[in-house]
Amino acid sequence: MELNTLTIEVLRDKLKKKEITAPDILNSLYKRIKEVDKKINAYVRVKDLKPGNDQFFTFNPQLPLGGIPVSVKDNICTEGYNTECCSKILAGFKPPYDATVIKKLKEAGAIILEIKTNMDEFAFGSSTENSCFGTTANPWNINYVAGGSSGGSAASVAADEAIVALGSDTGGSIRQPASFCGVVGLKPTYGRVSRYGLIAFASSLDQIGPITKDVRDCAIIMKIISGYDPYDSTSVNLEVPDYPKVLGMDIKGIKIAVPKEYFVEGIDPEVKKIIQEAIEQLRELGAQIKEVCLPHTEYAVAVYYIIATAEASSNLARFDGVQYGFRFSNSELNLIQMYKKTRGAGFGQEAKRRIILGTFALSYGYYEAYYLRALKVRTLIKKDFDEVFKDCDCIVTPTSPTPAFKIGEKIDDPLKMYLSDIYTISANLAGIPAISIPCGFTKDGLPVGLQILAKAFNEEILFRVAYAYEQATPWHKMKPRL
Amino acid sequence: MGIDKETVKYVANLARIELRDEELKRLSEQLKQIIDFIDKLKLLDIKDVEPTSHILPMSNVLRDDQPRESLPISKTLECAPAKEENFFLVPKVIE
Amino acid sequence: MTEYEAVIGLEVHVQLKTKTKAFCGCSTEFGKEPNTQVCPICLGFPGVLPVLNRTALDYAIKVALALNCKIHSPTKFDRKNYFYPDLPKNYQISQYDLPLSYDGFLDIDLDGKDKHIRIRRVHLEEDAGKLIHKESTSLVDFNRAGIPLLEIVSEPDINSPEEAYQYLVTLKSIIQYLDVSDCDMEKGSLRCDANISLRKKNTIEFGTKIELKNMNSFKAVKDALTYEIERQKSLLSKNKAIVQETRFWDTKELKTFPMRTKEEAMDYRYFPDPDLPMFIITQEKIQQIRESIPELPREKIQRFIKDYGLSLYVAKILVSSKKDADFAESCLKAYPNKDKKTLVNWLIGPLLQEANTRGCGLADLGITPQGLNELLGFVEKELISNLVAKSVLTEIIEKHKSAATIIQEGNLIQISDTESLEKIAKKVIQENPRSVQDYKGGKNNAIMFLVGQVMKKSQGKANPKIAQELLKRLLNE
Repeated sequence: MELNTLTIEVLRDKLKKKEITAPDILNSLYKRIKEVDKKINAYVRVKDLKPGNDQFFTFNPQLPLGGIPVSVKDNICTEGYNTECCSKILAGFKPPYDATVIKKLKEAGAIILEIKTNMDEFAFGSSTENSCFGTTANPWNINYVAGGSSGGSAASVAADEAIVALGSDTGGSIRQPASFCGVVGLKPTYGRVSRYGLIAFASSLDQIGPITKDVRDCAIIMKIISGYDPYDSTSVNLEVPDYPKVLGMDIKGIKIAVPKEYFVEGIDPEVKKIIQEAIEQLRELGAQIKEVCLPHTEYAVAVYYIIATAEASSNLARFDGVQYGFRFSNSELNLIQMYKKTRGAGFGQEAKRRIILGTFALSYGYYEAYYLRALKVRTLIKKDFDEVFKDCDCIVTPTSPTPAFKIGEKIDDPLKMYLSDIYTISANLAGIPAISIPCGFTKDGLPVGLQILAKAFNEEILFRVAYAYEQATPWHKMKPRL
Repeated sequence: MGIDKETVKYVANLARIELRDEELKRLSEQLKQIIDFIDKLKLLDIKDVEPTSHILPMSNVLRDDQPRESLPISKTLECAPAKEENFFLVPKVIE
Repeated sequence: MTEYEAVIGLEVHVQLKTKTKAFCGCSTEFGKEPNTQVCPICLGFPGVLPVLNRTALDYAIKVALALNCKIHSPTKFDRKNYFYPDLPKNYQISQYDLPLSYDGFLDIDLDGKDKHIRIRRVHLEEDAGKLIHKESTSLVDFNRAGIPLLEIVSEPDINSPEEAYQYLVTLKSIIQYLDVSDCDMEKGSLRCDANISLRKKNTIEFGTKIELKNMNSFKAVKDALTYEIERQKSLLSKNKAIVQETRFWDTKELKTFPMRTKEEAMDYRYFPDPDLPMFIITQEKIQQIRESIPELPREKIQRFIKDYGLSLYVAKILVSSKKDADFAESCLKAYPNKDKKTLVNWLIGPLLQEANTRGCGLADLGITPQGLNELLGFVEKELISNLVAKSVLTEIIEKHKSAATIIQEGNLIQISDTESLEKIAKKVIQENPRSVQDYKGGKNNAIMFLVGQVMKKSQGKANPKIAQELLKRLLNE
């Protein structure tokens, strides 16, 4: 077995037995990247990499992640390593600090890869087609998208170009690409993982989370990156459970809700069938299945595209060519012209579209009609979940209404693209945790993901159910042929 | 209410984004379509609903007034597109 | 001719003197090298988040309570979005529809008469950086960016430049009493903008409002308002319309000029800052901060008048700063006599003079209430003259010695024994026949000249009262 295909637990075991060294793992990754990344484009700035920067880490085998390489999305700050959100406007930006999650991973002994994973510019997208570094291809079929916006992270894990990766999820950006690429992806409860150092898209929705080959690796990474951070006012001061400990506990009697709104028009029949089979599997494992209602589901996309773009329009105002990144230079320009040309040329189409939509939603005369209204409907969506969780332990749904779509298929129709997040957005609006795990393949050989959602700060139940399902099924062991 | 070309122009100026003519045209059409979709929110009765701007019921997150180290000037200006001595340099601000 | 009344509202910004900035741990120290008191957070680097400084919030509440404001709880922060190169994130963390406090007032004293000025709101926000404009470029220094800033907005209850001046003086002294800001306009820790319009006397309708900026002292505020009132009056008298605009005060020309207008209307797109959960200010917290508020200048003046029999004039001088007021009160308490006149005359006379020459306050002179009493004891027992006492005071301040030591070392005790004085007096009479003649001829003033001569001959040590009596006796013999 090549080292790059293994999981944390197996690698840690080999390292402890001194069968391998940490550089062996890195080298096997770099070898794989060299072989396949031209096809996949999971990583960015690969050409610029001067080998070895990240190999100078001395690692302590006693630490929980000692010697394990972690791949990081291009919107999570890594001190001294370029972090550009795959945008021209951040070209050359090297953060002077590490994101809190990076600090925690380093303290746990992990090796942070210098090359970062590809993404939709500023996480604006569902297909990783909006990257200034080009599209990431789906390892299962390179004519298809990897999903987005954490498409690079998901594809790198699926293609064994990474052991584990970090993504960020504002409306499904971890779960949807994980589902498209046949890997595990978790969006934690809002406030569980520090956002400090995550280049903000929508501050009230963003969370960093792991993308991994199996549920155990996901639990291991979550245990490391979770917890209160004095640098993030929205991180919660709650003890972090020992997530890997719950793996293997049975799910007999666990009450699983299936919301009927997720199985109506728009869902691909093949996906529907695969999800229904997965639900049957859970029933066989002892879970009680119950149909429920989440009546405001159909409004989630609309609410999301107001709140997320409004916050983004303000968060992205700082990219103006003054302190870092790209500046449109011409000595003739006055300040305002410099701003406009820098931002006009530095942002891609989707970024401009969202900034303008968000600016509109907050502007004079429209605030009440759009932004404030969206905040109120957000309350209704959250209440739907509160109601269901009164007597259910978790909810299962498809992660996405369709399997991966073809590259270019939706890029010219933004609304169609937005609707592909229809099943993932609600968890961000309600602030609750959700995981996507592989649950089968279409006839065309594309993976399908099962989404499990739980009450805020109840990631343990997600791991428990996901692991029980994973152990009973073969999906996580499947590898794409590249 | 809706979004037309003039509104997009006004908003793009607020957001300090220069749009080429064909960009403005395409964006206006796309945004109109998106806003039409979003307008479905107007069907909901939200009269007595409180807005949610923070999903967590948190409050009073405060920091003690203890100094922390500032950045060395080399780091502060490392990525600056233009600088002069210890300053960031920008085109003249018209007053 | 129509009589007009000025309607003025002031917007004051005060930097709070916390050790660190509002949302990060950078030092707030003034006058450091450009861009050295900055970190990723106050520079608004990608990925950073704000965490509010507890002390900044406490200070803000303190000011709000001292200005009789009601507290909003919960209160929240909003983002005010606009592009400007001194604003690192291109939005300012400020407060919009739920400001920390609202609905307060400030009473100002106008020649012994009180006026009530309502305060609309006091809220907390972050300061911007500083721009240095050069010929074709501007330089940006972010050291100031993120320093906690209070915005104090008055209602348009001010009707003259003098009232505006008094409002500012009163506000400044209260904030200094609270010890939460230096309020130093030169350093920019206090800044003031004004809104002014004119309306016909005894009408309710407001005229067109002009916003005034760039006034860098209280006097400049007064001058700019005075200028602006005249300018507007003259326009109105010619039936010309006043254009709503922002004007700046030109400190050289002593005139206001319109700022080159930004073409667009301001659309700040305020919305709640998702990075900062709300703040709940409990009654306990309010009570705790209220109890920490010291006696403020107005109450102190009244108490000084009542407890120590001071005049309003004297009391006002003594309470101008809290430190000096505390010093004066210690002196008043330590002073053994019931009649405080001598002490008070010394405090607002020689001591204040010494303080002014040294550019410091009374309390900073280094003289203790006990030390002052000791000195005054010598004066009251007529052991030294006032003249000598003043020079002793200077020496106490400069050499940090006690009055007794200085007097002893300098052999400065007054000569009160008639025997030695008689010798000197006789000599003076001999040497000044002219004055003696004048005196005898009925010019009573001449005696003062002779006393002066005795003082001179005794190097200031003669007891002037005894010398005078002695001279009179000798001349009448």
